[in-house]
Amino acid sequence: MNHFSMQRRDLLKAGVIATVGFPAIIKAQSDVIKIGHLTPRTGFLGQVGDYGFKGATLAVQEVNAVGGVLGRKVEMIAEDSVKPDVAVTKAQKLIERDKVSCLIGEISPASALAIAEQALRYKTIFLNTGANSDALRGANCNKFMFHVEGSNTMYTKTIGTWLRTNNQIKGKKWYFLVADYAFGHDLYKVSSRFIEQYGGVNVGNDKIPTNTPDYSPYILKIRRAKPDVVYSCLAGVDLTTFLKQYREYNLPFRLTGGAMDTVLFWGAGQDAISGSWQSLWYHGLKNSSSVAFTKRFTEKFGMPPENQAWGDYVAVKIMLQSMAETKAIGGIKVVEHLEKGASFDVLKARPGVFRAWDHQLLQEMYVVSVKDKAKIKDKWDIFDVVMPVPGNNESLELIQPSREENACSMAA
Amino acid sequence: MEIILEQIINGLLVGSYYIVLALGLSLIFSLGGVVNLAHGAFYALGAYLAYEVQDQLGFGGAVVMAPIGVALIGIVIERFFLRRLYREDPMLGLLFTFGLALVAEQSLRMIWGSSGLPFAMPDALRGQLLLGDFIYSYYRLTVLGVSMLAIAGCWLLLNKTSFGLIVRAGTRDPEMVRALGIQLAPTLTAVFALGVALAGLAGVMSAPLAGVQPAMGTEVVTAAFVVVVIGGLGSFWGVVVAGLLVGVVRGITAIYYPPATEASMYLLMALILLVRPRGLMGERFEKFER
Repeated sequence: MNHFSMQRRDLLKAGVIATVGFPAIIKAQSDVIKIGHLTPRTGFLGQVGDYGFKGATLAVQEVNAVGGVLGRKVEMIAEDSVKPDVAVTKAQKLIERDKVSCLIGEISPASALAIAEQALRYKTIFLNTGANSDALRGANCNKFMFHVEGSNTMYTKTIGTWLRTNNQIKGKKWYFLVADYAFGHDLYKVSSRFIEQYGGVNVGNDKIPTNTPDYSPYILKIRRAKPDVVYSCLAGVDLTTFLKQYREYNLPFRLTGGAMDTVLFWGAGQDAISGSWQSLWYHGLKNSSSVAFTKRFTEKFGMPPENQAWGDYVAVKIMLQSMAETKAIGGIKVVEHLEKGASFDVLKARPGVFRAWDHQLLQEMYVVSVKDKAKIKDKWDIFDVVMPVPGNNESLELIQPSREENACSMAA
Repeated sequence: MEIILEQIINGLLVGSYYIVLALGLSLIFSLGGVVNLAHGAFYALGAYLAYEVQDQLGFGGAVVMAPIGVALIGIVIERFFLRRLYREDPMLGLLFTFGLALVAEQSLRMIWGSSGLPFAMPDALRGQLLLGDFIYSYYRLTVLGVSMLAIAGCWLLLNKTSFGLIVRAGTRDPEMVRALGIQLAPTLTAVFALGVALAGLAGVMSAPLAGVQPAMGTEVVTAAFVVVVIGGLGSFWGVVVAGLLVGVVRGITAIYYPPATEASMYLLMALILLVRPRGLMGERFEKFER
């Protein structure tokens, strides 16, 4: 066996070499405004991140088409942050060597935290477009990190509000499937708290390693636990795999969850999905700015935008608009501008505003239900939008964690 | 007790699929001495080819044609690249297949996009079989059947044909086989093709269960390695027993401590290597112990 272990060690060395990737664009021009896009494009979150990259690309292109910002063209330098350690290296490289004015992207909360530390150190704004963990807005919040992505609490309270009005919580038995990393643990914490607070019973929770190819052992456990509701705290490829296999066993228990990326449902296919979920944005929304964005995106990429494409698109637009309004290329002036309640078109019924004390973008979310197969128009058309949460006449704070629930103190 | 029994039976079912994946890896390593780190890439390729042909040929046709397609690509790679590396430092074969895995994953991404592709379960295989209080999906029972056919086919090929005799002799002592005037090169090509075809078959079978996406091969390949190491190099039945064992151990861990499900197979490997350093049924092979 000595033979084999020697090769494993050498393999590790080769792995280190392989993780040093290549930037998408290498072109230095002093008069351009550079923005750094940093998100996982490979690995188990890669397919979500790729939509983010497409969204950001479209936003930059649109801004340049109307003359750029402050009379200068915008250039995006994109990197793949496949793991937290890679994210740190790439963030430093973007800031120090490429001199980007801000960082936009990310999905994994561990990588987002690592990037946020660099952002604070270099006083460079980091706009988080895909990491949901509450801790990023709470215990780990910082002056230079802002969140376009919704927090786990927002996702939970969106679907939770709807489940409550449908009498699915009080006295019902809940079974949780939890991705065994920071995101899953954080989501499980806030969602089990919510369920128990409104009288639901937690009958089981399994923390499952990421990239699990086979969910049958857990599905058999769920079947024996006979819950009323199965609640997924899974993400990435894991959610696709679970959706398919849950459908394979055709269990009668209602399926829902605390995180949803449309691409994962597209990947599972219409035959394999079920349940009611929540979305930060969906291309089937009917408001005019959404419809127009979906049209432009589809024309450019030949497929409709996913919710992650929306996130990175909106984030780039927010950043560039702020630079135009403050005449500052990133830095503390833009931070103060965002904290003072600058409002942005986020392609929803109401404009979005950042909450000053935790830097969360206040916005509505949507409850969506898997469509009847008979009513589906094309392969992308998988959800009915049930309702926005908060409703049109309710405060956007309704789905937010309170200061007590998620305390944040930022040193200036 | 019933819960444990249910998980054990389910684990055996899942294990059959690990065997198909690991058998190919074991064959390639035993004869060629190449640690095929690109095994996962061929697995993914099988799933993608099945995705392409299933509209015309149906799922049954895909199960047959996709592995054949993978084997053909395997033959090209063996003839033009891998063949040059058999007699070199094993490190070269390792680096080549490692690089190949990266190139293959990125190629899948470039051709089919980075998003997962929907792969529906064939209608005929939907549904569940209820036996007493136990539940089995028809699809998984079919996977078990196909796996058993593939395993039996391999056994017959290795033990009842002259081709198999050369493979087994070549595994033991390639120099002696050559000295007897038998050309090993065509056999090496055939074994590589067979090995990657098995990986492709496993990929096709997993597509309706776990979807098709570019990174699908990277994780499974480690599980296949673990099965080969537990079973013992060069041992056919070692791989079979190890595959089932890994399936069962994962199932039981999932009942008591889910976070360790992935880790359980590594722990099993460590324990078995402590007791039997050559794996469960591994024999002493001159060429691997220099």
